[in-house]
Amino acid sequence: MTERGGKQMRANRQYETVIGLEVHVELATKTKIFCGCTTEFGGEPNTHCCPICTGMPGTLPVLNKKVVEYAAAAALAMGCTVTRRCRFDRKNYFYPDLPKAYQVSQLYLPIGRNGGIEIEVEGKKKVIGIHEIHMEEDAGKLVHDPWEDVTLVDYNRCGVPLIEIVSEPDMRSAEEVIAYLEKLKLMLQYLGVSDCKMQEGSLRADINLSVRELGAKEFGTRTEMKNMNSFKAIARAVNGERKRQIELLEYGGRVVQETRRWDDNKDTSFAMRSKEDAQDYRYFPEPDLVPLELGEEWLAELKSRQPELRDEKRARYIREYQLPAYDAGILTASKAIADLFEETVALCGKPKEVSNWLMVETMRLLKESEQEPEEVSFSPKNLAALIGLLEEGAINRTVAKEIFEQIFRKDVEPVKYVEAHGLRIVQDTGALGEAIREVLAAHPQSVADYRGGKKKAMGFLVGQVMKETKGKADPRMVNQMLLEELEGLE
Amino acid sequence: MKIEDKTIEYVAALAKLELSEEEGLTHERARGDLERILAYIETMNELDTEGIEPMSHVFPLKNVMREDVVREDMIRQTEQMEGRQIRREALLSNAPSQKEGCFVVPKTVE
Amino acid sequence: METMVQREITAWTALELGRRIRAGEVSVTEALKAYLDNIEQTDGSYHAYVSVWREQAFQRAKQVEQELKEGKYADSPLAGVPIAVKDNICTKGEETTCASRILAGFRPPYQAEVVDRLLSAGMVIIGKTNMDEFAMGSTTETSAAGATRNPWDTSRVPGGSSGGSAAAVAAFEAPVALGSDTGGSIRQPSAFCGVAGIKPTYGTVSRYGLIAYASSLDQIGPIARSVEDLAAMLEIISGWDEKDSTSVSSEYKYTYLDVIEAVKQAFKDEKDRKELKDRNQGGDIKNACPPQVLAGLRIGLPKEYFGEGLDREVKKCVLEAAEALKALGARLEEVELPAIKYAIPAYYVLASAEASSNLSRYDGVKYGYRTADYEGLQELYKKTRSEGFGEEVKRRMLIGAFVLSSGYYEAYYNKALKVKAVIKQNFDRAFEQYDLLLSPTAPNVAPRLGESLADPLKMYLGDIYTVAVNLAGLPGISIPVGFAEKDGKRLPVGLQLIGRPFGERELFQAAYAYERWQKASGEVKELFAEKAEGGQRDDRERREADESKSTI
Repeated sequence: MTERGGKQMRANRQYETVIGLEVHVELATKTKIFCGCTTEFGGEPNTHCCPICTGMPGTLPVLNKKVVEYAAAAALAMGCTVTRRCRFDRKNYFYPDLPKAYQVSQLYLPIGRNGGIEIEVEGKKKVIGIHEIHMEEDAGKLVHDPWEDVTLVDYNRCGVPLIEIVSEPDMRSAEEVIAYLEKLKLMLQYLGVSDCKMQEGSLRADINLSVRELGAKEFGTRTEMKNMNSFKAIARAVNGERKRQIELLEYGGRVVQETRRWDDNKDTSFAMRSKEDAQDYRYFPEPDLVPLELGEEWLAELKSRQPELRDEKRARYIREYQLPAYDAGILTASKAIADLFEETVALCGKPKEVSNWLMVETMRLLKESEQEPEEVSFSPKNLAALIGLLEEGAINRTVAKEIFEQIFRKDVEPVKYVEAHGLRIVQDTGALGEAIREVLAAHPQSVADYRGGKKKAMGFLVGQVMKETKGKADPRMVNQMLLEELEGLE
Repeated sequence: MKIEDKTIEYVAALAKLELSEEEGLTHERARGDLERILAYIETMNELDTEGIEPMSHVFPLKNVMREDVVREDMIRQTEQMEGRQIRREALLSNAPSQKEGCFVVPKTVE
Repeated sequence: METMVQREITAWTALELGRRIRAGEVSVTEALKAYLDNIEQTDGSYHAYVSVWREQAFQRAKQVEQELKEGKYADSPLAGVPIAVKDNICTKGEETTCASRILAGFRPPYQAEVVDRLLSAGMVIIGKTNMDEFAMGSTTETSAAGATRNPWDTSRVPGGSSGGSAAAVAAFEAPVALGSDTGGSIRQPSAFCGVAGIKPTYGTVSRYGLIAYASSLDQIGPIARSVEDLAAMLEIISGWDEKDSTSVSSEYKYTYLDVIEAVKQAFKDEKDRKELKDRNQGGDIKNACPPQVLAGLRIGLPKEYFGEGLDREVKKCVLEAAEALKALGARLEEVELPAIKYAIPAYYVLASAEASSNLSRYDGVKYGYRTADYEGLQELYKKTRSEGFGEEVKRRMLIGAFVLSSGYYEAYYNKALKVKAVIKQNFDRAFEQYDLLLSPTAPNVAPRLGESLADPLKMYLGDIYTVAVNLAGLPGISIPVGFAEKDGKRLPVGLQLIGRPFGERELFQAAYAYERWQKASGEVKELFAEKAEGGQRDDRERREADESKSTI
């Protein structure tokens, strides 16, 4: 523990961190929650908008069926009780990113309640309770214009459907928070409910955190950190805020209930300037939308259509493809990678080979380019073709890796690429023999070294031959012929 | 119900209204009006509503939903992107202030 | 000569005008011109319109004329007929202000569904009518554009909030108009102006493009000089709309003119039978019993609607009309609606709460008025809204914010929702025994200008007979049933009939039978014929006076 300003901390107090999360997830619908505008990410400001999502007077919302399906599917997957008669409410507050000055959300009758998600941290299993899941609309985007010192308002995101998943305050560490978020993200991706692209803001978390002395019954005063959208920052924020609160208490201070902003660069949180008015959202039932009545049959049907979730998929990979548990775990850790795996195997078979390309090369390239697995954009047919070329012996593994980088970045077609760049393996022993003889002639010292017993010189000579053949030669063949040549001359 | 000054101030702040001190709907008049109107409204407490479900919607309409299909009805006979630009112009046509295809408000970002 | 034709045209009902347009007796342009001339001559005194679409309307009239020639609108009885539209209904590219400063200059880039339907029916919009600001008020005095005056007595209000629409129809400045009704805003001004107006069952007419006051109560409806015109209008504007989630699906059949035809036929059959009988016996047709066209219809008179606060003369008129309905075969009985006296308190809670939310979007960012000087966002909001809204609107937003605010929701808002449920139960029970309920539309005739503004609570109480209908989502019609004499002037009195959900057909049946009997019996002089004469005479006198002035 730390020391500060010469003051001594009170001895040996143990603290427990109590964390609850509110996670906002953008649903993977084609259109917005209440109008037919596209939910496509990006676009010129205010071009994915219509009179309805910009809150023009007299316009009315009509609910997107898919939003209810997705929200209910998420609720079911998280073991929630689905609210049979649910309803929307208006949450009223003024802010320029909210064109109607109210957000259509659910307060009184959210679509799901009382669920839970099982997580595993350091081998220990634990269920994190889900307090509720509700549907709502996203707000617009505010951009600062430094030239005129004003704020520009873009409503493209306005009305994109969200579900908010509110956990119980059941988490006790950053590790648990990350495990919960990973699990949540996977579940939603597997359900097809959201792409959970954090860099596009499809998954954002608000962290409610408090600390209390170990063994205490009452919760401490909590703070809220809003709109966190990277797992790493979330982990740092949890630890940073925990430390800040403990230090405050240790030095006789008091935690104030407030909203704070985590500054990942400075590694600390700051109190947000409190809004001018009280948070009194004056919720009331949305009169422009009629209630939902979710029938038993509809729910049963929805349940029956539920896709294979991660744990089932992992088990199936081990069983069906005879993959090691380790491989199955990594492949299924992202829905995008698992999909890619299955589609590629469907084209070319060879599950272990496909798995290797995804687990090793793909992961390495993702790391290098600081991308998330969801951003993988190459097509399974090109990976399958690459594996085919290797199998035929048309290219060697070194060349294959090079080509794969091109596939990863530009989704090139390997067959065309190989032809265009003349990368096919040199199978012609005549041509190879020619190259070998040239290399041996050019490097008499190495030949002498080899013959003098320095077997290492062999490696250098192989390299030279490969260079001469622009890497197209089959290294095994080079080795063999070189050996024959050297031994033969002796 | 007695309405305090601070209640009027609070409610006006929620509604983003400034009540004048001199003319029109003054603070004092608003307070008086609200007090009288609320006193009248409270007569509904005479009605016994024990066991009655609050009724937000009068008719049993339910599950009104649309399919998840992109509809950009204001775009007609134009290429999609061009259509979106036209639509943006229409949406911004009533804005008191606009810049670079956006509505403009005083600085909000800290 | 010109005036004669003009007077004739504007004296016809909308259906009559439509018939003659299709018969080629009158052109669409002539019809439009007749009404525009009337507006020119009298709207300076009445101020029923906030905008008159002179040029656009002529263009549109020419287009419709052409389309008629091409055989379009064959099934559309009101093709070519002009219509006035309340200014809270969005008209694409044309100013739509809700008579509020905060929406000054607002031109919606979209069309209200009802407007689309008017245009598909071949109607020609003449202009937008005045109203209480955001439909909050019962007098059309809270308009930022200034008050509308009652054509029967310009020292009096036309009622509200659709006062402009009612006055325009009453003053022959439009054959028909659209209004909106949240707590009586079609029925009460119709009563005060001596015209007919119907608030349809909630969900019958699409609200898409109707600028919301209280979304759960608002409903668009027509105002006309005859019940038959109302029926024709409602056929045009009613029906399911995918853009309005509260719009009721097409399982309900929205036809009304067939009911009118049936009543007409009954009268005709009866007349034939009588004539035959009279010829044999030498009797007098005038004294003949009216036909039993309403036989089997059960009408309840809510006791609570005839009690304290009801003007004696208004009561007399309404009861006489009730007698007429009885004479037409209906069975009349007193009925109790014990919870009805809590309708106004519940209404002001619910309507104000919804209004406070609906009107929050007017903040000077996206459309309409923005204050000239401001520093920072909060000041932009506060100054824009404080300068842009009128007093009554602010008052209701304060009430609305209060009843929804933390700690008060349960006691006010939720209580009001429960009261609404009990009121609905009261009506449901009444409709187990009765097909229709009958009451005055308003407790008094039109008040003088300025009388109501002084005391908002008193103005609220004027809605006493109309608001419960909105709370329960029911259809209600107001028809003129005579006059009450006030300060030497005859002022119109309205009768309200309330129907079951989607009981518009019964409303039209009873209302039309009454109207038909009224004309046939000769007991009430033809309301509009008299008004037409009077109106034209006044104008002629005024014009002559103006001319003599200018010659001096």
